[in-house]
Amino acid sequence: MDDSFIESSIGDASYLNPVLASDSASSSINGLVYNGLIKTGPNIELIGDLAERWDISKDGLVFTFHLKKNVRWHDGEAFTSEDALYTYERLIDPAVKTPYSSNFDKIKKLEAPDSWTVKVFYKEPYVPALEAWGMGIVAKHVFGGATGKAFNEHPANKKPIGTGPYRFKEWKTDEKIVLEANSDYFGNKIHIARYIFRIIPDNSVEFLELRNKSIDTMTLTPDQYRAYDEFFKGYKKFRFPRAAYTFLGFNLKHPLFKDKAVREALAHAINKEQLVQGVVAGMGRSATGPFLPLSWAFNPDTKDFEYNPELARKILAGQGWKDSNNDGIIDNNGKNFEFTLITNQGNKMRSLSAEIIQQQLKLVGVKMNIRIIEWSSFIKNFVDKQNFDAIILGWTLSPDPDAYSIWHSSQRNEGQYNFISYENKEVDQLLESGRKEFNPNQRKKIYQKIHQLIHDDVPYVFLYYPDFLPVLHERFAGPVVVPVSSFGFGWNFDEWYVPKNKVRYPVLSAQ
Amino acid sequence: MISYVARRLLMMIPLVLGITVLTFLVMQLAPGRPTDVLTDLNVKMSSEAKQKLIQIYGLDQPWHIQYWHWVKRVAKLDFGTSFKDDRPVIHKIAERLPATLLLNFLSLGFIFIFALAIGIYSAVHQNSVFDRLSTLFVYIGFSAPTFWIALLLMILFGLKLGLLPISGLRSLNFDELNTVQKILDLAKHLTLPVLVTAMTSLASLSRYSRSAMLEVIRQDYIRTARAKGLDEQTVIFKHAFRNALIPIITLMGLMLPDLIGGGFIFETIFAYPGMGRLGYDAIMARDYPMLMGIGTIVAFLTLIGNLLADVFYALADPRIRYQ
Repeated sequence: MDDSFIESSIGDASYLNPVLASDSASSSINGLVYNGLIKTGPNIELIGDLAERWDISKDGLVFTFHLKKNVRWHDGEAFTSEDALYTYERLIDPAVKTPYSSNFDKIKKLEAPDSWTVKVFYKEPYVPALEAWGMGIVAKHVFGGATGKAFNEHPANKKPIGTGPYRFKEWKTDEKIVLEANSDYFGNKIHIARYIFRIIPDNSVEFLELRNKSIDTMTLTPDQYRAYDEFFKGYKKFRFPRAAYTFLGFNLKHPLFKDKAVREALAHAINKEQLVQGVVAGMGRSATGPFLPLSWAFNPDTKDFEYNPELARKILAGQGWKDSNNDGIIDNNGKNFEFTLITNQGNKMRSLSAEIIQQQLKLVGVKMNIRIIEWSSFIKNFVDKQNFDAIILGWTLSPDPDAYSIWHSSQRNEGQYNFISYENKEVDQLLESGRKEFNPNQRKKIYQKIHQLIHDDVPYVFLYYPDFLPVLHERFAGPVVVPVSSFGFGWNFDEWYVPKNKVRYPVLSAQ
Repeated sequence: MISYVARRLLMMIPLVLGITVLTFLVMQLAPGRPTDVLTDLNVKMSSEAKQKLIQIYGLDQPWHIQYWHWVKRVAKLDFGTSFKDDRPVIHKIAERLPATLLLNFLSLGFIFIFALAIGIYSAVHQNSVFDRLSTLFVYIGFSAPTFWIALLLMILFGLKLGLLPISGLRSLNFDELNTVQKILDLAKHLTLPVLVTAMTSLASLSRYSRSAMLEVIRQDYIRTARAKGLDEQTVIFKHAFRNALIPIITLMGLMLPDLIGGGFIFETIFAYPGMGRLGYDAIMARDYPMLMGIGTIVAFLTLIGNLLADVFYALADPRIRYQ
């Protein structure tokens, strides 16, 4: 066990408490200091973490977690079911500032029959509820049983005591956070002695620090990834899909887009390859549906609409859209095919996508105007109110594919996320059963079907999955790219090591 | 003089209060709420959960009620806790202030010394080669985008020559160093930030001192001083310089709030843990208590700065007397 791993982040952490924090900086630290009852394994399957194993009752209403017995908090106290109970109580505590309460609102009650068993009773069977137990468990004794505001303001939120592979050492606000390997970790043996989290708020400076070898890793932008090879001497570059996709959504209540054939024609008119080249310098892949290419929910048989402007023109003509007045824009009953696409300000990739699509649609005689709107107003006045013709936006996905809130027809009210007003009875039914089906094989079939059905309905033109482009100092051995990497490159960081002869920051000898 | 200062101090109370009302209003007018970053497009959050968060932060109340709660707390010198991490606002400011003060006092000292030197020399040797060259360079420094200059300097001194660290306030192993090494480490980290922050203000201040000096040098009393047979050094530094200081003091007074507010761009580029970044992050996150805390303190210090400038006028210029 030796060496340090130096990572950097644009922003500082907020709460080093998994119940309260939601920003990525805090999550990076909390993921190393705390454990959940379960975690996501390499193939996006759920595996035990603090829980040795779990049973689910036949009706899916009761989860029983059997906890590991050899787990100790960093201060030496034993971890017990009391801690899980306490964490749950804070998650539903009305005065605790947690953004995660909704993940636990289907629970009727939680019981701890003994120190190593947790029984969770649900109001209805709900599969994604299992994933929610990846939530880091906090120690009841550390917080002295604090509730509400006292929990929000507790000093332990700045000096966390967890069960994880790394112990908290120090935090210099807006400078760095330092963690040290936990030699008593209940999981595998930890090899990297120290984890240093530097705050570098500017991306170009972060890149200079990388070239200077003063940080060990960073996530590159597509331009940086394609920079001179000499910049990356001593580093390994990685490339795989990120857990997100960008889409062009049609407001299905808009008269132009009610007709599926028209939407199909537009899908044929959009050249996704060109888009990926133009927007992310080729660092992405064209998307076919709502699930990630590395996920088990992804349907590999879904065939994308081929780029074919001729076909697009033909379909549109079949629907009565022809350029009868020779102004370059197709029309029907004297009305031009013209609509306005909105997207938010401050996201260059989205505005660039809009411009490229504008050009591509022009080729088939469709006039698309672009309107770029400041974020708050974009959400409140346009997205929430469903006040748009078409929209470019992206979704970030979590490991469980449940996409009920985006695609189910019950989610079309103001402020909900089916803001394009998609409705397909079969998809509705599949989304419902996907939430109740605990058998992984059955679930896989359900979600692959959903992937295909939504693709066929063209409510969105799924544009592309952007690539995740991490770069890592070559001395580290152990990183592997597996499906779960899309959600975090360091998913198996506790297994990484540095061969003895390559140690760069000896920690042990310095002490 | 004392009664004048006392009067000015008393007047500050309504002024600071007025400034806080305006700050609070403007803050509320800005689109977006502090909870947006958690709730916008968050598919995993029910609308009840969103509403609950808004209530915890007290955002469901009208702005004047929120302001009133804030004033009541501040009257007890309690600036509340930051929305971001629930730490007391005052602690967060106290934590950043030393770093910002260190950087800004150094750069102010740098600006003051160099600007005056350039200004005086250029005025005394008007239209000389030095005058023209210094004008040119100072203007280049003034007009070039600082973040760009900063990056170029980082590449040169950090990456290519390896003489200076690229960013940050101290090295990662700072705590293991002895005192001399610590000072050296800080000095290395501060060199580029001080240089770059100083560059922008150097132009204005050196130009001001040049023109102030030029004006004074043509006065009759300077001719008189020379006629008395005083040596040039005494004429320039004792008679001319003191009179030329007045407009410069005004400028320095105006620069005081910057000293505390910190520069967002510099601090971001140099990953410097100062007030500028604290304030900017608070604005972006709509962290109302944090913003109000910084706003009030900076407003107060600005007013103190103005007062100090007025007091220094009297010290520098015997013609100015306050009743």
